[in-house]
Amino acid sequence: MAKIKIRAKIKEGVASVKSLIPHPMETGSRRDADGHVIAAHYIETVVCEHNGEVVMTAYWGPSVSKDPYFAFKFADAKAGDTVRVFWTDNLGETAENEVTLK
Amino acid sequence: MKMMQRRNFLQALGLVGAALALPRVVFARAIEAFKSESVDGVLSNLLGDMPIESTDLIKFKIPDIAENGAVVPVQISTTIEGVEKIYLLIDNNPTPLSAVFDIGPKAMADISTRVKVGESSKARVVVKTGKKAYMTEKEVKVTIGGCGG
Repeated sequence: MAKIKIRAKIKEGVASVKSLIPHPMETGSRRDADGHVIAAHYIETVVCEHNGEVVMTAYWGPSVSKDPYFAFKFADAKAGDTVRVFWTDNLGETAENEVTLK
Repeated sequence: MKMMQRRNFLQALGLVGAALALPRVVFARAIEAFKSESVDGVLSNLLGDMPIESTDLIKFKIPDIAENGAVVPVQISTTIEGVEKIYLLIDNNPTPLSAVFDIGPKAMADISTRVKVGESSKARVVVKTGKKAYMTEKEVKVTIGGCGG
């Protein structure tokens, strides 16, 4: 799967992070053209870290949209700090990406 | 003697199994509410007996009319102090709980995402602090469904 896109900026010590996560987010209730059920495949957990410390964890069900967008904010941020976003899905797949705050 | 060794081995195996299963159990509890098909089920699963107070201190932005139910933008923020969790529910979805956000001590209670709304529905945000839960609701009208069939 393509890489997570992360954009982050700091304003007065608060980091605003916007992430775009390529993922099918299949609910398991859709059917393909032949009428076969498309198996559920969705992200269950997204962990967001600031310098290796978890600041935010999102737990998702299948009703989060395809290719999820997730924006969040945290305090005590400064240039040079790292922001890491990591997810796991219901099939045990994972992906992650990290950016350095400027 | 042979039997003893076998027993020890089996016990050791059991311990390893338990250790491996542990994080799974903790995680399973966190997502139990995602399986519930009713709003009451979700709320009691997440909050137990904690009373829920209606509030206007939660800013909940979701379109009144969603042209495409598959991608409905949601913005949630609140000025309530000490927020630990934010829950997002879409009442009429097959499983109403859409997302849970664990707000760490440094994180702001301010998030945005996009969700699927299968049909016109009430959407609600519940915010939980250490002591109390607060809720706000909105109606979303959907012209094209989000869960496709």
